[in-house]
Formats: sequence, structure tokens, C-alpha cells
Amino acid sequence: MAGRAQPVSALPGTGAALLVAVLILGTLGAVALRAEAGSGFGASDWAALRFTLTQAGLSALLSVGLAIPAARALARRRFPGRSLLIALLGAPFILPVIVAILGLLAVFGRAGWLSSLLGMFGLEPVQIYGLHGVVLAHVFFNLPLAIRLILQGWQEIPAERFRLAAQLDAGPLAMWRLLEGPMLRRVAPGALAVVFAICLSSFAVALTLGGGPRATTLELAIYQAFRFDFDLGRAALLSGLQLLLTGAAALVALRVSAGEGFGAGLDRAVRRWDGQSALARSLDGFWIALSAAFLLLPLAAIVLAGLPGILSLKASVWQAAGNSILVAALSTVILLWLALPMAAAAAAGRRGLTELSGILGLAASPLVIGTGLFILIYPIADPFALALPVTALVNAVMALPFAMRILVPRAREVMGRYGRLSLSLDMQGWAFVRRVYLPRMRAQTGFAAGLAAALSMGDLGVVALFADPDFATLPLQIYRLMGAYRMEAAAGAALLLLMLSMGAFWILDRGGRWHAEA
Amino acid sequence: MKHLAFAAGLLGASAAFAETPELTVYTYDSVVSDWGPGPAVEKAFEEVCGCDLKLVGAGDGAALLARVKLEGARSDADVVLGLDTNLTAAAKETGLFAEHSVSAEYALPVEWSDATFVPYDWGYFAFVHNADAAAPADFKALAASDKKIVIQDPRSSTPGLGLLLWVKAAYGDEAPEIWKGLSDNVVTVTKGWSEAYGMFLEGEADMVLSYTTSPAYHLIAEEDGSKAAAAFDEGHYMQVEVAGKLANSDQPELADQFLAFMVSDAFQSIIPTTNWMYPAVTPEGGLPEGFETLIAPEKSLLLSETEAAEVRDAALGEWLDALSQ
Repeated sequence: MAGRAQPVSALPGTGAALLVAVLILGTLGAVALRAEAGSGFGASDWAALRFTLTQAGLSALLSVGLAIPAARALARRRFPGRSLLIALLGAPFILPVIVAILGLLAVFGRAGWLSSLLGMFGLEPVQIYGLHGVVLAHVFFNLPLAIRLILQGWQEIPAERFRLAAQLDAGPLAMWRLLEGPMLRRVAPGALAVVFAICLSSFAVALTLGGGPRATTLELAIYQAFRFDFDLGRAALLSGLQLLLTGAAALVALRVSAGEGFGAGLDRAVRRWDGQSALARSLDGFWIALSAAFLLLPLAAIVLAGLPGILSLKASVWQAAGNSILVAALSTVILLWLALPMAAAAAAGRRGLTELSGILGLAASPLVIGTGLFILIYPIADPFALALPVTALVNAVMALPFAMRILVPRAREVMGRYGRLSLSLDMQGWAFVRRVYLPRMRAQTGFAAGLAAALSMGDLGVVALFADPDFATLPLQIYRLMGAYRMEAAAGAALLLLMLSMGAFWILDRGGRWHAEA
Repeated sequence: MKHLAFAAGLLGASAAFAETPELTVYTYDSVVSDWGPGPAVEKAFEEVCGCDLKLVGAGDGAALLARVKLEGARSDADVVLGLDTNLTAAAKETGLFAEHSVSAEYALPVEWSDATFVPYDWGYFAFVHNADAAAPADFKALAASDKKIVIQDPRSSTPGLGLLLWVKAAYGDEAPEIWKGLSDNVVTVTKGWSEAYGMFLEGEADMVLSYTTSPAYHLIAEEDGSKAAAAFDEGHYMQVEVAGKLANSDQPELADQFLAFMVSDAFQSIIPTTNWMYPAVTPEGGLPEGFETLIAPEKSLLLSETEAAEVRDAALGEWLDALSQ
């Protein structure tokens, strides 16, 4: 594909990709260079590696496995509140870990709703701690993302195809063979890779719900190297290993997800004629109800816990909320600035490097990036003064993998459909971007921007290292409140965060959902 | 050249502004929050020092030390407040800290003589539980009971490390057996104190590793007497929180003044109901009402900083062994 004439240059995108790669690998290098000779790889590190791979693999398989029927049901059905449900489904993904854990425990914990319900029938409480608890929590976090990524795959099948299939009276099997199967083969590996990579770097969830030190992940090992031993060399080594693993997973996913799309359609709203039988209807209803209950009950618990506290929040919490909004806005702008050219470059043939560097953000440990940036910035500038832009930049890089998964397939389609036509009209460069690329990417851009804003809002990441006394974000403030025993205020602040993240996602994603409307 | 003149003018102006000297204190996060001692301390010190006190939060005690190590001799910090005796050996090893000249009548249950670090508060680790439930009286009884506990991971949290050293100080070579006995009581291990305490309040466990002073918060600030700390016969491991002055401080006199202020009444009276720890020097007014309800351990355990540094890695290995079964 490379070398074929394209209406836009891949240069800006390749440049952005290089910038991201330099940021991630450069910070890692900075940490490694600061290291004194440290200890090498021990037996416990291998155990951490094994556990990390097992839990991430299971979490990815289960998240995507459950997301396929749920996304299929959502793609086929129209019902009141559908778009609201789709927006709400995004919520777990953007919650700070501690808030999500407490929400999950309120439902699935030893003293949770489910256990109380079972207790009424004289049954034992649910045992949430262990590998299955880790997987449960990771599915809670990642099922929404997997559903959205796969749902988008369904929506990218042109409406005309469904019309044709209906005219040819294609049965469920034929639909699967002709439309749904090929689409899933393209979309599912990417979703698997993203979820796998997210779960690779999990640490607080895995530890808390894993039940103890058995559940040590690489990221915790990095933490230990840094905080317990101050062994920067080992932290860098482990972080490098984490990058390699994610990179490998990404490469595999990119290879299997290659393939052509469905060709051109006219962007009509998708109408479906299949799956009208009573069985299909009730099955779809079951999947939608199941995933909604699983995702919404813990959110309801967070809302209930937060209501008493939210009205009495102090000014400093509101100020932190303002800072979070500022970071999220800046981060979203940076993200689009990086991701749109990178998606164009990937679509124009520069796949490998661009997509790979896009996915590195998943694997990078925030602790290592933060420390590396600190080492790099400290000699030349005051880290406090840079708290806002640095946090926004790192959040953007962390959101980049998701944005790329959302943008690249569509960008490839746009180039494929309109590239030659535009070239023959001599519409190139900025004119193509403005008249064809950006308008056609609107839905996906909205979704990616919404996700980036929401993720950034909930992120604790690097701000802890750069935190200025007068610059706290909302997640940091939640931890501070808890540290001062103000659990009710913390719950209120968590609810505020949930509303802000959801609000940001909803506003930005509005553009993304018009495509999904009936 | 015009630009240069302009820049010089700006620099001159900011130098004129900076006539009030600035003292930068690195500390852990909960100090600087609105609910911690930070705001009151800042106000009280600025009244007497004629300076601008800048409190900077940087995670917890361990993160604080990591931060100072990263910045090295070029650090802006003049004082670091919030290390504990498990970290002071490593802190001294950096050579970044200077000796102090503060002396005070400490109310610590142990002798204190440290040329580098000045204590400002202390507390005992303890398992906090609901007051209406019976509590075991030592680790062996806890291990034999079916009580469920939540603890923190020593690799990521300072209370977690405290518990590790508590068991080690109380049982020495017997520590691995104690941990084996406890392993079926441990519901889970969390990254930090906040997660663990939140889980306890949610009803996930009967007891949580915290401080003997935690019930005082509920009693005084929430008028809720439903929490208690279990008194253990082996004694309770102490956490002594300290501050030290950095050798490369550009405000050495102010830093000394701050350390002296830190053990004065004005500072010490703020500690009990903001940091929820015992003050290092008993304030003139005594402890606030409510503190008399707290358990007073008969035996205080504390490994010296060198012992703590020596046994740390071995104790972690034993802990991992016992809980990874």
C-alpha cells in the first residue's frame, strides 16, 4: 500500500507518532540513565509476569466475548433510552480506581447487595477476592469500551449492505458469514489487544481484588522498585518489559485485523430487517439487560453513596473540579492534534510505526513516565509551573491508543473511498482534510474526544508527582479527602467526578452518536 | 537590545517582590489538604516568621523521600516534613539533610535523640474495628479467630510497612509463623491506606490496619463512638513522624526557625485534630477531649532506624512467602 498516491501527506502523522514514541521511550531512558547498578530480574518478577499475563488474557477474552453479543443486540435494537444507555455504558471506564472498587464492592462485596440478597435465601455471600475478582473488575472497566468499539464495527457496515441482505432474504447464518463474521474478524482482535494491554498495566485493582500478594502485577513490581527500593534501574527494566509485551500484543492484533472494509455506502442510518424472531428479540433483550445491570448497578451504588456529600463540598473541591476540566480540555485538544494526523498517516500506508507508537501509551507506566519527565524537566524548568501542561500531555498520550482504535479503521475507509476521486479532482492536502477527511471523521472524532476528555478527568497518573500546592485535580482531591477520613465528602467528590466525566463524554460524543440513531 | 532591557526590568521587579523570603516545605498529601494541619500551620507560622510558607504535597512518606532523592542537591525544598523512622536511615544516607539544634520535652513513649530529624507527631498502628464487636487481644488470637482483616501492601504503603515491622518487632524469628496463621484472616491487601479504610467502612472486613487514634476522628469530628482500636498484648508498633532540614537550603535560618516552631505549642496544638496523631510535645491545653477514650498500649514497639533498614527486605520476603501460599 505504501507508495500509492494519497491525497494527504503522511508526514504530520509520522511526526506525531515519532513525538509520542520519543516521549514514552525517552522518559523510560531518562529513568534508566539515572539508575545506579541495581538488582536484576528475580523469581518474584517472573511470578508477577505470569500473573499479569494470565489476568490480562482472561480479562480481555471475557470482556470481548461478552461485548460481542451485547454490541450485536445494541446494533439490532431500537428502544427508548438506547442512546442514553450507550453513553452511560462508557462510565465505568473512566472512573478512578478507588471509586470503581468501592462501587463494585457495594454490589459484589462480602457485605454487598448481591451477598445480602443471597443471604435472604440462606446462601453464602459471594467470594469476590481472587483471580475471578480481578477479572470481574477488569470486565467492569473494559466491557463498555469493548462494546463501543465493536458496536462501531457494526455501524460501519454500510446500510446498503443490510438492505441488500434483506432483499436477498439472507438468514442469520448467511448474515453472519457475509457481514458480521468478516466485520468481527477485523474489529475484535483490535478490541482484544486494547483490553489486554490496559489490563497489563493494572495494579491497584489487581492487588485489592486479587486478595493479596499473589496478585502482584508488573506495575506493582515497578512501584516496589521505585518506592520501596528506589531502584530506578529495575523500575526501568520492568517498564521496558511491559512495553515489549504490549507492543507484541499490538503487533499481533494489527496483523490479524488487516483486511479490507465493506466498500462505499452513502452513510444512511442503518436499518435492520433481520433478527425479528421472538427468540432473537428475547436473546438481545437478555444481553442488553445483563450488561446494563452489570455496569449500572455499581454506578448506582456510587451515586447513592455520593448524594449526601455532594451538596456540602468545600470550595477547594470545586476548584479541583475546575482544574480537572481545564486539564481534560487541554488534553483533548492535544489528543486530536496527535491522533487525527496519525490516523491519516496510518490510513495512507504508514501503518506499523504509527499504530504501534499509538498503542505504546497503554503500556507505559504512569509512574515511570512521570518520573522520567521529572528527571528531564527538572534541570531546565520548575516542575510545579508545568503541572497543567504535563498532566494534559501525558493524559493525551494515554488516551491515544483508544483514539487510534476508533479513528484508524474509519480513516482507512475514507481514504479508500474518496482518495482516488479527490486525487482526480486535484483536491489534496488541506483542502482534502477540510472538505473530506474531517467531516467524514466527525462521528469517530467525537467519540475519541469524549473518551479522551473523560479519561483525563478521572486520571490520577502523573499529577501526583508534579502536584503544585495550589493545583490539585479532582481525583487527587478525592484521595486527600479519604486520607483525612472525610469519606462522605470523598464519596460526594467522586459523584461529582462521575458527573463531570460523563458530561464531557456525552457532550463530545453527541457527534458520534448521530450515526447510531435510528 | 530593547528586549534585554525589558527582561532585566522584569527580573529586577520580581527580585523586589521576593523580599519576603520563601520557605518551601515538602510534605505528604494529607497535610496540605484543607482538612489537614497545613492551612492552620501556614497561618500560624507566617504570623511569626515574616515569610511566605509554601507547603508542597508529594504523595505519602515514601514518595516524599523518592522525590527528594530525584531532586538531589538542587531541590527547592528547605524542609521535608513527613518521613518516619522506617525511612530516616535511607534519608540520612543521601547526605542531603543537615543537623538541627532543636531540643524539646518530647512526650514520646521512647527515648528520642536524633541529630538530623525532629519528631512532630507519633501514633500507634492498630487494628480498628466496630466497637460493638469483640476484638482479639494479640496476633495469635487474631490468627486463631475467624475475624477478617484488610491490610496494606508494604511495597506501596507506609502503614503496610509498619505492620510488617510490628510483627517482626514483636515476634522476631517467629514472624513467618504468625503470618502463616494470619493468612486466612486477610481478606485482601490494598495499595494504600485509603482503599483499605474505605473497604472497612463498606463492611468488607471486621478490622482494618490503621492507628489507635482513628476512632478519635469518628468520635470528635463525627460524634460517632462506634469505632474502636483493638489493644494487643504484644505491644503496638509506633510510627514517629519527623521533619528535617535540607543541607542545601537557601533559607537555613528560616528552616531552623520552622523546626523550632514545629515543636512549639502553636504547631503541636494543631496536630491532634487535624493529623489525628499524638503531638510530639504535649500542648499546654493537654490533648483534646475524646483522646482519653483511646486505648493506651502498655508496651511501645519501635525498631531503631538501622534495625528497621536491616530487617526490612527479609521481613518482606517472609510476608510474601506466607501470603502467597
